[in-house]
This record gives sequence, C-alpha cells and structure tokens, in this order.
Amino acid sequence: MASVFDILLTVSFWAAAVRIATPLIFGVLGALLCEKSGVLNLGIEGIMTVGAMSGWLAVYAGADLWTGVVVAAFMGALFGLLLSFFTVTLGLSQHVSGLGVTMLATSAAYFTYRVILPNVDTPPRIVPFQPLDIPVLSSIPFLGPVLFQQTALTLLAFVLVGVLAWFLAKTPLGLAVRAVGENPSAVEAQGLNVLWLRTGAVVAGSAIMAIGGAFLTMSAFDAFFFEMVAGRGWICIALTVFASWKPGKALFAAILFGAFDAFQVRLQQVVGAFLPSQIFLMIPYILSIVALVVWSRRASYPKALMIPYVRGQR
Amino acid sequence: MTDENPVVLELRGITKRFGPLVANEAIDLVMRKGEILALLGENGAGKTTLMNILFGHYVADEGGVFVADGAGALQPLPPGSPRAALDAGIGMVHQHFALAENLTVLDNITLGTEPLFRLSRANSAARAKLAGLMQRSGLKIDLDAQVSQLSVGERQRIEILKALYRDARILVLDEPTAVLTPQESDGLFETLRSLAAHGLSVVFISHKLHEVVSGSDRVAVLRGGRKVAEIPTRGSDKAQLAELMVGRAVSRSKREPRAPGAPVLILADVSVGGANIRQRLENVSMTVREGEIVGIAGVSGNGQAALANLLSGLVTPSAGTLSLGGKVMSLCDPQEFVAAGVGRIPEDRHHEGAVGSMTIAENIALETIRSRRFQRFGFLKFGAIRARAEEAIKAYDIRCPGPDAPIRQLSGGNMQKAILARALDDAPRLILANQPTRGLDVGAVAEVHRRLLLARERGAAIVLITEDLDELFELSDRVAVMFRSRLTDSFASADLDLKTLGLMMAGHDNEAA
Amino acid sequence: MMRLEPRTAPSPLLIYGAPVLAAVISLVLAAIPLLAAGVNVFQAYGVMISGALGSQFALTEVVARATPLILTGLAAAIAFRAKLFNIGAEGQLYIGALAAVAIGSGRFDGPAPLMILGICIAGAVAGALMMLGPTVLKVKLGADEVVTTLLLNFIVALFVQMMIEGPMKDPMSMGWPQSEPILDSATLPKLIDKTRVHAGLIIAILAAIGTEILMRRTVPGFRIRAVGASPAAARFAGMSVTKTMLLVGALSGAFAGLAGVGEVAGLKGYLTNDLSPGYGYAGIVVAMLAGLSPIGVIAAAFFVAAVFVGADSMSRAMTVSSYIANLIVALGLLSVLLSGVLTRYRIRWSLPARGRAS
Repeated sequence: MASVFDILLTVSFWAAAVRIATPLIFGVLGALLCEKSGVLNLGIEGIMTVGAMSGWLAVYAGADLWTGVVVAAFMGALFGLLLSFFTVTLGLSQHVSGLGVTMLATSAAYFTYRVILPNVDTPPRIVPFQPLDIPVLSSIPFLGPVLFQQTALTLLAFVLVGVLAWFLAKTPLGLAVRAVGENPSAVEAQGLNVLWLRTGAVVAGSAIMAIGGAFLTMSAFDAFFFEMVAGRGWICIALTVFASWKPGKALFAAILFGAFDAFQVRLQQVVGAFLPSQIFLMIPYILSIVALVVWSRRASYPKALMIPYVRGQR
Repeated sequence: MTDENPVVLELRGITKRFGPLVANEAIDLVMRKGEILALLGENGAGKTTLMNILFGHYVADEGGVFVADGAGALQPLPPGSPRAALDAGIGMVHQHFALAENLTVLDNITLGTEPLFRLSRANSAARAKLAGLMQRSGLKIDLDAQVSQLSVGERQRIEILKALYRDARILVLDEPTAVLTPQESDGLFETLRSLAAHGLSVVFISHKLHEVVSGSDRVAVLRGGRKVAEIPTRGSDKAQLAELMVGRAVSRSKREPRAPGAPVLILADVSVGGANIRQRLENVSMTVREGEIVGIAGVSGNGQAALANLLSGLVTPSAGTLSLGGKVMSLCDPQEFVAAGVGRIPEDRHHEGAVGSMTIAENIALETIRSRRFQRFGFLKFGAIRARAEEAIKAYDIRCPGPDAPIRQLSGGNMQKAILARALDDAPRLILANQPTRGLDVGAVAEVHRRLLLARERGAAIVLITEDLDELFELSDRVAVMFRSRLTDSFASADLDLKTLGLMMAGHDNEAA
Repeated sequence: MMRLEPRTAPSPLLIYGAPVLAAVISLVLAAIPLLAAGVNVFQAYGVMISGALGSQFALTEVVARATPLILTGLAAAIAFRAKLFNIGAEGQLYIGALAAVAIGSGRFDGPAPLMILGICIAGAVAGALMMLGPTVLKVKLGADEVVTTLLLNFIVALFVQMMIEGPMKDPMSMGWPQSEPILDSATLPKLIDKTRVHAGLIIAILAAIGTEILMRRTVPGFRIRAVGASPAAARFAGMSVTKTMLLVGALSGAFAGLAGVGEVAGLKGYLTNDLSPGYGYAGIVVAMLAGLSPIGVIAAAFFVAAVFVGADSMSRAMTVSSYIANLIVALGLLSVLLSGVLTRYRIRWSLPARGRAS
C-alpha cells in the first residue's frame, strides 16, 4: 500500500490534479459570481457543453485558439442572458429555468455538431493549447512543473481567481453584486438597478463557465465528444457551497477535488485488478455529494439566493 | 416662521391606482426647508404609497413630483427612479430597513454612491465624511460592524446616515418608531429636530397621535387615499386629529374589571435553546389565569419569537416545564396544543397564518384537518369543510367571494378574521395573540380587540405579544417585558407608566415596582 | 419598459390554453435549428406529424413511449408540488429496473401475477429508497436536492454498468454488457399483439388517477399541497414538513422506479445501459406541461411521446440529427415557463415615463 501513497509525492500526480481542476475552477468561479448576485445557475452543465463545442468548432473552422476561447465565452454569455431573462426579468423558478437552459444548451450543442459534421465516426481533432514553459517560474522545484508547465488556460484560471476575489472585495461594482445577492431592496433603495446587476453577473458568470467547458476540448483533449462534460457542472455547483462562495477557497476546492480524482485514476491502476473500474469512477460524484452535504449546514448562503426580486413588492 | 422658508418639494395631483383600488387620489403637498411634516393616517390610508411614489418605487398614474434645484427653482422629478430621487436630494428610511445584513455598515452606506466602474473604492474619504456627519448629527455607529450584529435602533441610525451621506435635503421616514422603545423614539425625534434646525426637511409617516403632536411642525392627514386636512401642529389636539384620521367615531371596546380565575398556563423556569437571543429563552417563568390578558412588551428581536413558538407548540423547552391546565406538556407539538385548547394567532399572517394559494375553507380547517369532523378514513369531507367556512364567514363577517376563493385574495383585515375564526371558535382555554393587529386598519383593529376581550370575558387566558404600546395598555391586565431572552416579572398595567415601561424595554431593572 | 401586472383570477381558457400555447411556441422556435440545418420546415413538420400519428404503428409507438413518461412525469409532478425538485428520476428509473431484474430473472419463480407484483414492488421500493436519501439530506441538512439527485444519476449509471458487466451479467450475451433476461412469468403482458404496448400503460394510468385522488381528496394530499405552498404555515398548523417531504420523496422515487420496471419487464426483457433515452429528464417537461396536475400528466406524456416519435421519423426521413427531438423538448420546457407567465400576469408595455412640466 505504501506505493499508493508515494503517488501523492510525485510531480506528475499534482500536475494531473491541477489539470483536472482547471475546468472546475472556471465552473466554480462562474457559479460563484452568479450566486453572489442571488441567482443559482443550473444552466451550468449545458453552458459548459456549449463552451466545449463552440470553442472547439471555431478552432476546427480555422480560427486561432484564443478566438476559440472568446467564441466559447460569448456563447456561454448568450445562454446566460437567456437564463437571466427567465430568472431575473421574469422572476421564474431558478431550478426549473436552469434545467431548461441546460437541456436546451446541451441539445443545441449536440444538434449543431451533428449538422456540421453529419457523418463522422471518429471525432475530428484540432491542435490544442500546449503546455507552457515559463522561463523562471517553471524551473522552481516541484511547484514549477505542477503550476507553471500547464497550458495557458490553466494560468488564465489562476489569474481569474485573483481578479474575481479583488473584484468582489475591492470594487464598487463588486460591492453592488454582493449586496444584490444579500438584499435587492437595499440595492434599489441606493439607486442601483437590481435587474441589470443580476443580469450582468449571470452573463459574466456564464461566460466564465463556458471557458471551463472550452478547456475540455481545447486543452485537456483535442476533440469534442458527446456527454464529455459528464456532470462537471453539477460538481461545480456542489463545490461552490464547499468553497463558501470565496474565490480563493474555490481554487482550493477545485484542486483538492482534482487531487482526489487523479488519485482515483492512479489507485485504479494499482488495485484495479480486484475492483470494478466503476467504483473508482463513482468517487468524484460521491465526494461532491459529501462536500455539499457537510458544508450546506454551516454555509452562510447569500441571503437572497433563489429569491426573485419583483419591484414594488417587499 | 417656517412658512417663509423656501419650498423644497412639491407633490401635485398625485393619483395612484392598483387595479380597482385607488391608493392615492389627487394629493397635493408642499414641503419647506427645515420643517418637520407628519403624514398621519391609519393603515391603508395611502401614506406609504405616496412616499414610495416620491422615492420612485412606484410611478404615479397622474400628477408629478417637483424638487427644488440648487438655485431654488422647482424641477420635475423623473418618476419611477429611486436614483433620480436620490440625486435630487431625497433620502428614504423604509419601515423594513433596506440593509444587506451580511455586509458592514460602511458597505451599506457607500453602496451605490460612487461610480460602479472603478478599480477601487474610496473608503478613506467615506470614513472621513462619515466621521464628520456622526459628529454633527450625534448618530454614532461602528462603521466596520456587520449589520446582522446590530440592534434595531442602530440599524435605523445607519439608514439615516445613508441619507445624510448622500447629502439628502429631504428625509422621508416610514413609521420610524414602530420598533423603538419610548426612550429611543424620543432620542430619534431630538435628532430629527436638530437636523431640521440645520436645514433638513423631514417627513415622517405615522399613525401614532402622540408623536405627531409632539414631533412635527405641520400635519397632513390622509384618509382613504385622499388628503383630508393639512394643519399646523401647534394648536391642534389629539382628539381632533383622531377624528380627521378615522373620519368617524370608533367605538372602542373597554376592558371591564374582572377577577382572574384558576391558572391556565404556567411556565416554570423554561429555557429554549437557539443560536441568538431572538430564538432563545432563558429561565422564563409566567402564570396566566382564566379571564386575564397578560401583555408581553419588548423591543423586537428580544426573544418574543421564541416565546411565541413555545406557546404555539413549535419548540420544546430544553429546561423547565410548561403546563397547560395543570398538565405538563413534555413533548410540544402544534397539534397537541390545539387539541389541548390553545388558540394561536401567529405574528405574520401571510407567512405562518395562511397558505395563500389554498382556499379560505381549507385554511380554516388547516389545523384540525385530521379531526373526525373533516375526514373519514383519510378522505376529506368537503361538505363539512365548506360548511365550517360558511359559518365562520358569517360569524366573523369575512368579506370574500366565497369559501372556495384563495385566501390570498383577501385584505389583511379579512384574512386576520379568518385566522381568528380558526383560533377562537373552539373556545380555547389559552390564546396566544402575537401582534394580532399589525398592519390592520382601525375597523379591523377594533374587531380583533373586541374578539379578544370577549374571549377574556368567557374565561380564556390570553397572552398578548405586541409592539403597539397603546394596544398593550388598552388590553392587558398585566404586563411583562422581554429583554435579551428573559422575561421580567409582570406588573398590573394600571400601575405602569410609559416611562417605566420604556426603561424596562431597554433592560433597566424596574425600580418603580 | 415592460411591466408585469398580476392577474387576480386567470380565466379557464388561459389555464387550459397555456400548455397548448407552450407546445406551439416550442414547435415554432424549433423551426430555427431546422432552417439552420437547411431543411424545409413545413415538409419537416409534415413528416413529423405523419410519423407520430399517421399509421397504426406510429400510434402504438407513441403509446409505448408515453408509458414511462407518464410515470416519470408523475414523479416530477408530485415532487414539484411539494417544492421537492427531484431531478433524479433517470437514476431512480434505472435502479427500479435493476431491482426488477434482480427479482425477476430467475432468482425466484412463481405464478405470473405474483411475479409481476413482486417486480413492481421491488422496483417501486428501490426507486423510493433512491429518492429518500436526497430528501433526508434536504430536510435535515439543507443540501440542495437538485444537485444531489443529479449527481446520483451519474452514480447510478456507473452502478448499473458495474452490475451488468459483473454480478448480473448474462453469461449467454456473447460479451455484451446486459443482464440476464426477465422470466416469462415476470414479463408484463402485451396489451396489443405484435406492438410494443404493454401492461405498464395500465399501471401508469392507474398511478396517475390514484395520485390525482390522493392530492385532491385525501388528508395526505392536503398536507402535501399545504407544505408545498407554504412550509411555514403548514408547520405552524402542526403538519410535519419532514414527514410530508419523506412521503413525497418516496412516492416520487417509486413512480420513477416503476417506469424502469415497465421498460425492462414490458419492453426490453433485459437491462442494458441504454434502457432509457432520458425519460427521467423528459418527465420534468411532461410535469411542467401538465401544470403539475397528475391527470394532466397523461395528456402531456402522450404529447411529448409524439414529439419523440415524430422527430425520430423526421430525422430519419430528412437526415437531420435526432437530437432535434431533445431540442424540441427542451424548448417545450422553457415555453411552458413563458406561457405560465402569460396566465399569471398581464404584460404592459409602456414608454419610459417622462416628468411632466407644470
């Protein structure tokens, strides 16, 4: 068994953990931004699928990689706008609207893929983002290869953690977003527009989630497969609670999760002969439920989460 | 003297309808610099609607709002925009404070005061300005405290500071004293006086005659959505204002002296666990006898909710005993309490009192649906449920389209009558009345009071939790005060004056008794 | 500016017209992807209608697909009534099917009525237990049931895969991952010979009628309605929110489990990992289209089944991706939400108001 735990000390293990964590970092940050403004974004699974498909498709059609990322973010924002129309403008059930957006976004992505590539059996490939080799940072022992020999999208995720943390804590707009998730009446009484703030947060959050999806097709893999998001969106929603809506903790939560997932894969190689592989594949989903359950009780939710705001009604 | 001051605000011909209801009808109002105007009217007279139009929460169907600009010329205020109202120098303190509880005081005050698209917040400048404001107004508060940790009085200070921070020239306060102790109310009016002396114009909404008479320069009286009078406060008296406000003489039920009988409810050193004082009770003892009303006063959030939950059967004591008619209730459950003869009138009728989307008949049967009367082998007896509701509608004069209408269509007063029917009709031994008249108009208040006094006459023991001190003194035989999850001894209401009560509410021991 | 004014009492026309309107809106919106795929829309819908209703085969196919949809629709309808958002019907369906196979593929044998009753009970209980977990986590620990049930769907899918590749694998399956077949004595009889319509339909319709009676006419139904509409008021009146939620969770899971029993014992005969093409998720759309009315679920299930069957034959005839069916169903869900707004509110358009000069 000692060999199993030796894994935890290897560079390649932690590099894999960070790689697995990257789409989740984007997903949790996006979900967190939406929820901070008071909107539970259950469109996340579909939005990540759209991001994965559209980013890949743009590159496949000849755009460069970064244009692909922008396309993915834009498409995510579009579905975010749809979700905010239902949940913010019309004030409808965030649960049902979110599921509706997920179903729509997922089937739209699959349908589009099939329209453009009707008869392919092996998914066509693109040239994905390559691991970087940042001069000084990469040569730091251990941390260098783990953190800085990743692709540019992983570094973007790290940067985004800092940007979002600073945005929420330090800027007037960030304060307004936090306030609108706590008490929209207070925000309106201070002369700000609840509708625009929430819509903005949902659209921006959705764009971030979609980049998480794009990471799958443009960095982790080089092609688009059906069902490839595989519940990562729902996992992100659970991790958001685990991270108590803090960007820094979101990073921690995602990497911790990535480590468990990477460990699971390696464990499978070691003891896989004795146990069916599905047992190992279940671990990430079970962990997410455990994380959600353990932290739900003590979590201090944004007070106005899931409560639609109707003007002139208090 | 104030009549010569320049006009800062004018409302012209404001009319607002909600469907068939006319909330405001052709209301004209003028405010001058440095004066305090009281907007008097009973619940439902249209006061809050008018102020919400002024502040841009609602848009008037007719008429407009005009505010003096820097040069003193009146300019129309764009309707429907709180932002425009704020920019024009109008500040509003809502009855239900508009504060984000998990943010700090500073966050709440500066929210929305600086351009949104900045890379950082100008917090040090804000602190400096607020320090000056606190110095001048006497409204002291810790800017780094989280709002959730603060008392009601402190929260109100934040609200006023919010307006002053935005350089408000006109301050609107909606029922500002509803949740304050008498002493805190006095302090508030002193503050408003000094602010007015520095040139601030103040409008406060109230239905309490004494504070209108003592706290304002001028009174505008609203009734049924119309302005029925506007008079200088000096020279007016309470009786005259009362008649203007109600428009007719209201027959008040009088509490006849009555010797109380055997104890019905005995709380002996009861404690209830909870995360904060709001939900907690510590060593509460109280005896309520047949035919007496015991009033529970206190600043809201001092444990009244826990006491109400206890007497409703929603929580079980963690220590001590609760006995009803001599029987110790060890496992508390609303059904058991109802069966043991407890009639319960909840604090929030929309939230706890009624299921809005269900019918009036279903709501009246809500607590006793499992009784033989309303079901057989688990199947509902629709006829009996309906018949029960029809009786109640007749007996309590509930104005409604019929027993099958969803209860949310009823006005507050009629919904409360339905709840009274449910709580009082089976001749309960003990009645818990938690804020039974909150938000009701004068007619409905009188009806609720009459019903409670009738029950007392019949020999019911009644616990009345109320923040309305007039109601407290009018109905209660004895009064006790909740402070920080503890209950004081009770005192005969006849022996208690407002000042002493105020001190008790603020946590001072009652030396008078 | 757009403003929504609540209607005091929506007319019956609006209430019953809303789902129809939603169906129309979703079909109109679905024209956009069809156009984008370069298809003649009118022709496509023509093929779709005849594909769903134009032949006896098509009609029986619609009935066969509606059968599980009625049950998953009920699972969603009763849960959503109590504001318990069970999105795990897909997983509960598979667990129900797995339980049916465990009981009905040779471990026991007996007379057909007993066997059929046995697998139905097993499937219902398995589905109910599957949903009780998330329900307990919600009421006791405040864990969002949407997320837990969704994650459980993935876990169940892996579990089923594990069972049909392992302990329950059919040794005669030539290596395919599938379970041993259901015994003839445990197979639900066909209602119409040589079609796929089976006795599960009767179970489904009885379940819908039973649920309607439960909700409208009984004390437990009264409690479910009260707890769903206002937990605080129900609690104040002495109803146990926890118990009611557990009852709802169990019923909801049981319906989804029964859907799985029907599919495996009425249609397929053995369990594979593609038993359900998303009936669990489509059940949400069925329930919403039905306005959460149990009886309405029957009609809504037939409509959604017709969309699936019609879109399938359309996609074959016009060589469009079969994902068009999922697209239409997803649009259906959002359209229901939209048309619901129209029944509850009046939409007023007004120009940005301007201050009037004196």
